[in-house]
Amino acid sequence: MRDVVVVGAGPAGLAAARAAASAGALVTLLDAADGLGGQYWRHLPAERPAGREGLLHHKWATFGELSDVLREHPAVTVLPSAQVWSLERHDGGIRLNILVGEPDGAGRQALVLEPDALVLATGAHDRTLPFPGWQLPGVYSAGAAQALAKGERVAVGRRVVVAGAGPFLLPVASSLLQTGATVVGVHEAGRIGSLARGWLNRPWELAGAAGKAGELAGYVGDLLRHRVRWRPGEAVVAAHGDGQVDAVTVARLDERWAPVAGTERRVEADAVCVSHGFTPRLELAIAAGCDLSSSRFVLVDDTQATSVRGVWAAGEITGIGGADAALAEGTVAGTAAAGGNAGTGTARAALRARSRARGFAARIEAAHGIRPGWTGWLRDDTVVCRCEETTYGRVREVVELTGSHEARSVKLTSRAGLGPCQARMCGRTLQELLDGPGARGRAAGGVEGGPAPTVDRRPFVVPVRLGELAALPATSTSRTATSRTASALPTASFPSASQPGGDRT
Amino acid sequence: MAADVVIVGAGIVGAACARALARAGARVTVLDRGAAAAGTSAHGEGNLLVSDKGPGPELELATVSLRRWAALAEELADELGPRFPSVEHEAKGGLVVVTSTEGLSGLRRFADAQRASGVEAVEMGAEQARELEPDLAPGVVGAVHYPHDAQVQPVAATEALLASARRAGAEVRTGVEVTGPLLGAGGRLAGVVTSRGEVAADAVVVAAGPWSAEVAERLGSSIPVRPRRGMVLVTTPMPQRIRRKVYDGDYFAATQSAGAELQTSAVIESTQGGTVLIGSSREQVGFDERFRAAVPAEMARRAVAVFPFLAQTNVMRSYVGFRPYMPDHLPVIGPDPVRAGLWFATGHEGAGVGLAPATGDLLAAQLLGLDPALDPRPYAVDRPTLLETQS
Repeated sequence: MRDVVVVGAGPAGLAAARAAASAGALVTLLDAADGLGGQYWRHLPAERPAGREGLLHHKWATFGELSDVLREHPAVTVLPSAQVWSLERHDGGIRLNILVGEPDGAGRQALVLEPDALVLATGAHDRTLPFPGWQLPGVYSAGAAQALAKGERVAVGRRVVVAGAGPFLLPVASSLLQTGATVVGVHEAGRIGSLARGWLNRPWELAGAAGKAGELAGYVGDLLRHRVRWRPGEAVVAAHGDGQVDAVTVARLDERWAPVAGTERRVEADAVCVSHGFTPRLELAIAAGCDLSSSRFVLVDDTQATSVRGVWAAGEITGIGGADAALAEGTVAGTAAAGGNAGTGTARAALRARSRARGFAARIEAAHGIRPGWTGWLRDDTVVCRCEETTYGRVREVVELTGSHEARSVKLTSRAGLGPCQARMCGRTLQELLDGPGARGRAAGGVEGGPAPTVDRRPFVVPVRLGELAALPATSTSRTATSRTASALPTASFPSASQPGGDRT
Repeated sequence: MAADVVIVGAGIVGAACARALARAGARVTVLDRGAAAAGTSAHGEGNLLVSDKGPGPELELATVSLRRWAALAEELADELGPRFPSVEHEAKGGLVVVTSTEGLSGLRRFADAQRASGVEAVEMGAEQARELEPDLAPGVVGAVHYPHDAQVQPVAATEALLASARRAGAEVRTGVEVTGPLLGAGGRLAGVVTSRGEVAADAVVVAAGPWSAEVAERLGSSIPVRPRRGMVLVTTPMPQRIRRKVYDGDYFAATQSAGAELQTSAVIESTQGGTVLIGSSREQVGFDERFRAAVPAEMARRAVAVFPFLAQTNVMRSYVGFRPYMPDHLPVIGPDPVRAGLWFATGHEGAGVGLAPATGDLLAAQLLGLDPALDPRPYAVDRPTLLETQS
């Protein structure tokens, strides 16, 4: 029997775990959060359930069915609060180093898994482009606002502006409305022209992705009911306030996303939620050695196999396609990882669903992809890296003084990207600023199949306390998780320690 | 004498050579197949140390170089202005601590020998050491304080040296890979062939760190430099509680010979950004960058043994680099005995940042026929200790 580990319990990971178990594998499903569902199906914890959770969630029934199957399946071990902090490659395969328990708690348990097959379904976090004032309290990433709404039933403000680009703005606005906030407006950077080209030039794809269209239609209905204005070709170009957002400046954008002078207007608001797309969580894929595409997603073949033997990928790390694509890809990946035939049964149907969803993903990029003109709303004093408070002016100055356009050098001389978020927020922005507008290929950070750019490399996937590192066993021991199916866990062991020793670099 | 010099490698050593040569009147072109300050120089801590060096040529080079750095930091700041990223030169001093009496006697013997060579090394009891570093572990039984150990930010330092070299007329070309030699009369090296065309030169200096062996081979010679991997851990920022560079000297408990070079197994220090750096592992695994959890685990055990409070501190990033390792633990600074026109400035292992200024001066003096401040023979490519290892 094959041991399959699935990392990430959002739509892709849940579907992969079920498919792998159906195909006869022993499955361990890991997620860093304390429950299943990922960001897409984030919900109140089990100890305080909501009666009408489904209202906040698309495809809530699908989630319920998936999680029920996985919880009951004898060959599946579900391991929540499991943080994969690093991944090792050795000649025999892959080793996952995991800490299980609350990240802030004292007693996280170390666990090592060496599966026959690994499915990465680590998802994406939303990307926010910097603008003047975005470091003020009251400015949220749209993902954070949605997480608060879905996971805590908390609205981030009373009068909220939603801005950025992409269909994700709609469910975010919808979640805010359901938690009682007034959504002052939804400002979409894409202009009608590109939206029309993205959405209308292949209408049969929209028909094919009927589920997706239906989902979006539902959100649009929410906005209409609440008389929320959805305004294409506009952006929040500044946030204002003394210690807290009290207003934003909205401006019209041209085709390149450059703000059009004279169109600025001030909008009173106590919160603003911004998302300009998504950044895939690539840490584990990079550590595993997976090839990336030029636009920096994990390259996969028809069975969702990556370039590394024994490693499959599904969901947003292979391209931003939404939950339908993730479910389909997960099913294909899980089947293939278990050694099953992805060309038959449910996987075959999933393959068809996947190609429809991929068409949808391409249209999202065409309609909502970031355009280089956005740097037009930056000022010299605009903070680019919020952790280190490095400004756009300082980045430009350092580049000019040192003559270096290389991300690593500029990070170390300007301090941008060195803070606690480890450039997850600003890394890609910094790289695009360094590569300059128009350098689309390089701005994307690499070449097809080439090595991962440094801004995405993070061997420490999550922070680990030195005490936890020091407590890792130095000798080879077999470890298993405590669970009802502990005997079904993949072989676990820890490598023998290297010879101690060190010198000073 | 005016000369056209090509330097291969835009790391700290290449940058120091470029500045010294350009200021002495040479027309310098620095080539790097990657970016400036992106290899070994960007993956270390920026240590300027005498504490880890026993009596001998490396200590002599370090003594000159550390004095040079103190002046150089000011020269660079004056020349490049206040907006240029600071090289963050900090003469914070170093403290080697030990937790066993055997370790202490070994450390004391080593410090005695260093003092005989002019190093300021102050022996301390445990209480005195705790006055310098109040958070030291209760098990620390003694220490030696080295007031002259210092620190720079290595990437800023490399960029500053390159910027200064450019002001003296040097040209820095990145993304240009050396692919072969340009040969002149009698097989003399007359420049290099690159991925972007030919570059003629009277002399070619290989300062490509751990990649120097590959470059030497492309130019028709050889140098026995090998990569030695090291990892540095970086914690999340916090209020500073570690004031100096603090080294775990327990290596001495396992060392018999007093003459052995000090090999500390943990270097712990705070940075101006508020993070704590923990170095540094040492493995000979070629250019293999793959992560191994056992390495940070061992580093963490050693760091926590010196500063127990660190157990609660989060590591937020690590980086792995490759040091240019020489079999006889000395850098090479001088002409290639086989291929006329070829020069080397490489093999500094983990000490390149500290040794760069003296290396640049020594190389420039030899290449331009000036009086070197140090006897160059111990660093020669054909020195006996290096020939032995090759035979």
